[in-house]
Amino acid sequence: MPIKVLVTKPGLDGHDRGAKIVARALRDAGMEVVYTGLHQTPEMIVTAAIQEDVDVVGVSILSGAHMTIFPKIMDLLKAREVDDIVVIGGGVIQDADIPKLKALGVREIFNAEATTQDLIDGIERIVAEYGRDRTRRAAAHAR
Amino acid sequence: MQTPEKVRTAADDREAWEQLTLLPFVERRPEARETFRTQGGLPLERIYTPEHVEGIDYARDIGFPGQFPYTRGPYPTMYRAQPWTMRQIAGFGTADDTNERFRFLIAQGQTGISTDFDMPTLMGYDSDDARSEGEVGREGVAIDSVDDMHDLYAGIDLEQISVSMTINPSAWILLAMYLVVAEERGFDRRKLSGTIQNDIIKEYVSQKEWVYPPRPAMRIVRDSITYSAQHLPRYNPVNVSGYHTREAGSTAIQEVAFTLAAGIAYVDEVVKAGIDVDDFAPRLSFFFVSQIDFLEEVAKFRAARRVWAKIMKERFGAKKPESMRLRFHCQTAGVSCTAREPLNNIARTAIEALAAVLGGAQSLHTNGYDEALSIPSEPAMKIALRTQQIIAEETGVVGTIDPLGGSYALEKLTAEIEAGCFEYFAEVDKRGGVVQCIEDNFFQLELADAAYDLHRRKEAGERQIVGVTKYRDDSPNPALDLHHVDEAAAARQLERLRKTKANRDDAAVRAALEEVVRVAKTDENIMPATIAAARARATGGEIINALRPIFGTYVEKPVF
Repeated sequence: MPIKVLVTKPGLDGHDRGAKIVARALRDAGMEVVYTGLHQTPEMIVTAAIQEDVDVVGVSILSGAHMTIFPKIMDLLKAREVDDIVVIGGGVIQDADIPKLKALGVREIFNAEATTQDLIDGIERIVAEYGRDRTRRAAAHAR
Repeated sequence: MQTPEKVRTAADDREAWEQLTLLPFVERRPEARETFRTQGGLPLERIYTPEHVEGIDYARDIGFPGQFPYTRGPYPTMYRAQPWTMRQIAGFGTADDTNERFRFLIAQGQTGISTDFDMPTLMGYDSDDARSEGEVGREGVAIDSVDDMHDLYAGIDLEQISVSMTINPSAWILLAMYLVVAEERGFDRRKLSGTIQNDIIKEYVSQKEWVYPPRPAMRIVRDSITYSAQHLPRYNPVNVSGYHTREAGSTAIQEVAFTLAAGIAYVDEVVKAGIDVDDFAPRLSFFFVSQIDFLEEVAKFRAARRVWAKIMKERFGAKKPESMRLRFHCQTAGVSCTAREPLNNIARTAIEALAAVLGGAQSLHTNGYDEALSIPSEPAMKIALRTQQIIAEETGVVGTIDPLGGSYALEKLTAEIEAGCFEYFAEVDKRGGVVQCIEDNFFQLELADAAYDLHRRKEAGERQIVGVTKYRDDSPNPALDLHHVDEAAAARQLERLRKTKANRDDAAVRAALEEVVRVAKTDENIMPATIAAARARATGGEIINALRPIFGTYVEKPVF
């Protein structure tokens, strides 16, 4: 079963170049990719992640609002009992904020210098280590 | 009878040079790689010779500055009369905060001002809207009403200094607020000079700030252009922009082609409303990036002028020279700036700025070295402005017009970019025009393809970034004095908005909003009613929301 990733772009800004390149690169690497488009609220993101039953939510933020957006996404995932979905981030995020985001449960931040290969390897590693057990889930659904 | 001697062509000369000189040399010392391409993907010849410009006629294709086809410049004297307008964009926090930055820049010798708005203002949300949380005053200045606009330009003589506003889906409202500020301060609107971006088409393509779907949004742009043609003789009511498309990863050809295609769409729309093309085309203005690929960029600016001149003359039958001459603002490339070793961005920006000047820009913003890290700090903006001043005052390039014109390489690249533009126009026409192409995601997918291709070429090592992909050392960045986000600004803005709402006549606001709605349902010009609403202190968000039931809300079909 390929890794399924929701690529999403919260905030009001339109900087979607990186998100779209990431979406294509992950698809080319054999992952299943759903791209939400722009201007997503945390509520919309978490709903899409549940509906699409993804392993990973990749959040691209360049507006500077990451310390507002990520906590809301993490809280909603918890509230809806799907906090086994891995959350990663990218965009313009200052080094100083990365430990704070990791403390919230964001598994990794890929900055602008990360190559697509870094990202693919990173997602595979993180999913192997922390990802949800989709086989067990599928079995649970089947019952 | 004499046998005619074969005429030696430039191609013969090149071939002889290749055999005699080049090949033996390359055998001993091979070139670094087989093909060289511009950033936009155009193949670069090893050397350009007269054979590459055989199809180019000097008088027809290049000509003189200030004359059709304007390849060499829109004006006959260019920077010999005065340098370009040095226009550093600024915007953060509340109107007071940004006003202070404007005054600093003017004191440093800046000759025009340029305003960056925060995301909520750009998207048509008031600061107290739930969608605005975390973004008020962060990436630009928060403007909710005329009261904010007053403070934004306080102490600045609006008849003397030209004021640019980078805003799009809500542009007509900000223009209305600006006109109310001018009126309440006693300025003559016929003397106001400045520019509002108001280029909605590229929003759907690349910058992605929108409220309404393309067709009603085009009507609003049309109304602001026609209003401006009648009342604001020195004001540029639209700034058709390629900057954002290129920053989103397009090629140089796409940047020019998509931008001028948008220009065609606006002209079509206004002409359809019964306005003579020569009554508004002289006030159309343009905006391009200056990227790091030096030759390609200089060629791009020249090509853009030539293509637009031909469009206006041949497609629209413009008669006035002013309708055919393309004037543009330029900004160095934000995406070329790196977060690592940020002082290197000063060098990149200087090279890009020089390309803009050699390409004949009318105004220029140079990025700060901290562009990849935060919105610009005061020290970064000062060096950026100084870079322009050094080019203008020290290098001597202002002394002669289009000094690179006539270079075989440059003329060939200019012609290639021009040809690429006309191919795109034919494709857009075939597909039913610009708005149809947006609705069908044509531009969006072309752009996504180009961005992905460029990204792969970077990862394959074809395009290097010094200090990042090459010559990388992992020593820490120098400690920089970065712009400090004032977390209290949002609260101050909310208080300002509360005050405005408390001090206004609510019944007058309601009546004014009802009038905007009434006009929106007809084909009347929407500007006068919007100005009246702004005067009554209706907020931007209130006007936007009043029209949503009539115009609808745009929802993109995400593609990648």
